[in-house]
Amino acid sequence: MAKELTEAGLSVTILERGEDRHTAETGAYPNSIDELRGSVRKRLFQKLSRNSLTIRNRIDQTALPYRQLAAFLPGEGVGGAGLHWSGCHFRVMPDDLRLRSATIERYGKKFIPDDMTLQDFDVTYDELEPFFDKAEKVFGTSGEAHMVQGKPTGNGNVFAPNRSSPFPLPPMEDTFSAAQFRAATQELGYHPYSMPAANASRPYTNPYGCQMGPCNFCGYCSGYDCFLYSKASPNINILPALRRDPGFTLVPQAQVLRITLDQSKKRATGAVYVDLNDHHEKTISADLVILGAFQLYNVHLMLLSGIGTPYDPHTNTGTIGRNFFYQTITTSRFWLPKNRYTNQFVGAGGAGVAIDDFNQPDFDRGPHGFIGGSPLWVNQAGVKPIAAASAGGGKGRPRWGAQYKSDMIETYKHSLSVDAHGSNMTYRDVYLDLDPTWTNAYDQPLLRMTFTWKDNDVRMNRYVVDQLKPIARAMGATRTELNMLDYNQPFDSRLYQTTHLGGGAIMGSNPRTSALNRYLQSWDVPNVFVIGANAFPHGLGYNPTGLLAALAYWSAHHIRTTYLKSPGPLVPS
Amino acid sequence: MTHHHATIPSRPSLARRQFIKGATALASAPFWRNTATARTAPPTRSPDLPRFFTSDEFRFIERASECILPHDENGPGAQELGVAHFIDQQMQTPYGHGELWYRKPPFVSGPPELGYQLPYTPRQLYRNGIYSLTQQCLRHYHAPFHQLPQDTQQLVLSHLETGALALEDIPGPTFFEQLRSNTLEGAFSDPIYGGNRDMKGWIMMGFPGARADFMDWINQNGAPYPFGPVSISPSLSMTVRE
Repeated sequence: MAKELTEAGLSVTILERGEDRHTAETGAYPNSIDELRGSVRKRLFQKLSRNSLTIRNRIDQTALPYRQLAAFLPGEGVGGAGLHWSGCHFRVMPDDLRLRSATIERYGKKFIPDDMTLQDFDVTYDELEPFFDKAEKVFGTSGEAHMVQGKPTGNGNVFAPNRSSPFPLPPMEDTFSAAQFRAATQELGYHPYSMPAANASRPYTNPYGCQMGPCNFCGYCSGYDCFLYSKASPNINILPALRRDPGFTLVPQAQVLRITLDQSKKRATGAVYVDLNDHHEKTISADLVILGAFQLYNVHLMLLSGIGTPYDPHTNTGTIGRNFFYQTITTSRFWLPKNRYTNQFVGAGGAGVAIDDFNQPDFDRGPHGFIGGSPLWVNQAGVKPIAAASAGGGKGRPRWGAQYKSDMIETYKHSLSVDAHGSNMTYRDVYLDLDPTWTNAYDQPLLRMTFTWKDNDVRMNRYVVDQLKPIARAMGATRTELNMLDYNQPFDSRLYQTTHLGGGAIMGSNPRTSALNRYLQSWDVPNVFVIGANAFPHGLGYNPTGLLAALAYWSAHHIRTTYLKSPGPLVPS
Repeated sequence: MTHHHATIPSRPSLARRQFIKGATALASAPFWRNTATARTAPPTRSPDLPRFFTSDEFRFIERASECILPHDENGPGAQELGVAHFIDQQMQTPYGHGELWYRKPPFVSGPPELGYQLPYTPRQLYRNGIYSLTQQCLRHYHAPFHQLPQDTQQLVLSHLETGALALEDIPGPTFFEQLRSNTLEGAFSDPIYGGNRDMKGWIMMGFPGARADFMDWINQNGAPYPFGPVSISPSLSMTVRE
């Protein structure tokens, strides 16, 4: 977004709460190849000592602070979550952008549970296609197309929508584990494809002139800055060009406290931030404010700044905090015979083989009674030894002692994991607001998350995971552990799941049920645009970054072509 | 709802505490901020004195971590890997001091799914937890943990793991998981942090350490990767090659 707006001739300042980061320094080999400092002590992640949130499962509980990073890992520092991500770079199924309409058309309105607040994105795949295409070219995405300009081409995902051009780079190679999954799912009549990865399969120079090196499957993607310049990040793919622009300023160590509004509360005037170098509060004025503080903190800043009306689940009014969601993800494990080594440390964050047979729109949910879906994939991203030792030998096995030790070593050497990475819908009593008790280091109320799993999503996860049984057999597994959500099992903030948090300040066609219009512009304060997965009205089976990047370019395009010529609401409210 | 108050543990004698404080100040080289420091001065092989733990606490860590990861035919256990030294060194880092955690009061207990809610830093968890455990071992077995037979040590740890045993206001599982996590970190992190001595933890698991280049080994069709590990520190990798 900053690149787009400097290209449009604007003077752009980024306020970043964390430190500045250059991959050549903070990501350099060999110091970055350090599991303890990286995934375990969480070098690239949010410093909870300064700001956290509170969590509860139910509306009648007291939410308690998220004191240790565990279930999800927001980023901090230049690059943010775009630096520590894995690189799974998907588009979207067209019907996922109109899931409410598509569900009603096929299954009728009664198919939607009463408490599910399902609504459409108010943007179509065709509208977004040029921006998916642009994001892939900036990210140097590796993958295999299925349909380009209406013509079948290559061995890509048969369920993927039409593309205007092929992927910029050929797909990543299959690891041994992924190759086994490909063969087994093919044999069973499913439709395996190479996951689109923002990990460069070849050397690449993007449209900004930023260069990427080929990925060598070192396995240090998620939680790390890529020393090979192979995983796309703002730090590698955008900032080297942007930093040279005289219209661009980056202010690290600047914790924004709130967006300032004029007396009408209809216009933002800038922001107040704490300069963490001298701990003084400073102000900056601006004609146009873009919130890009990550899903959670975009919502937090809107609530702290009084942009829009906070959502109230009791009266079902207000929009800020509404339609918060997460991602269902459960990881199952197959053990292969002891003469087969899976070398799980070999991997790349976005690489792997997936099937969309239980995620694609034509899959009939009617008999199963759920909305949403889940791809299944082997995404061997590089399993490191502390993580492997912590996971041990699987469910029900000893977690320490001699038996544990031999189980754990065998599991590391001879097993592989398969994820069911599925959607999560939105519900009336799942939302974000401000906590009444706990505060951050700046004495502001923490964000409060009210979240748990609901039957629709548990049913979906359980159905899809169950489909792994024949796949495990076809892969010659000697032991299989299927992991699925349980009914009435509360969301557990202690277990890492994923950082794919979404919603809370969603896009839509109606200002009473959405915080943002279809261009990610605040309905209430039209010179504020909010970029993040907070804009998604509900969850997807895919990872959010691809859609998020396309929406950012979509929004930037309309700011450049329409808003800047005549600042004001892009959609009448 | 239970409200806890953060207290600085005061169990060791004053003289001992002052000694610890002095030793901490002397040994304040921030190796965790700059691994280059660790490179020029790799952790010595000789068992140096613990800097945070008292000698009795250190013996507890040695014995308890060995129960979690015992020496056996698969390879070395926690003691041979230097896990207790690793944990002792971690207590000097921002992590040990609880600086990575949100630590604002009030501290209110709640359902386990909502996560850790005690006021204690890792240093305080160990100090308070080991003190309480020692008292209970003395009461039941008339000896501190480290002097008990290994099967009794295992029994005590399993009581902590299941929650049958609590350490005053520290639930057994909280203490057990802290110990288990730190033990596995010490056994399998880069040897620059003082554990995983001679990379024997990695050798045991078949992990090649900081090689970080598998371009030619993406799919070995089921064969094992052929090379042993290297450390971030060239000098620690050299030790193994010799």
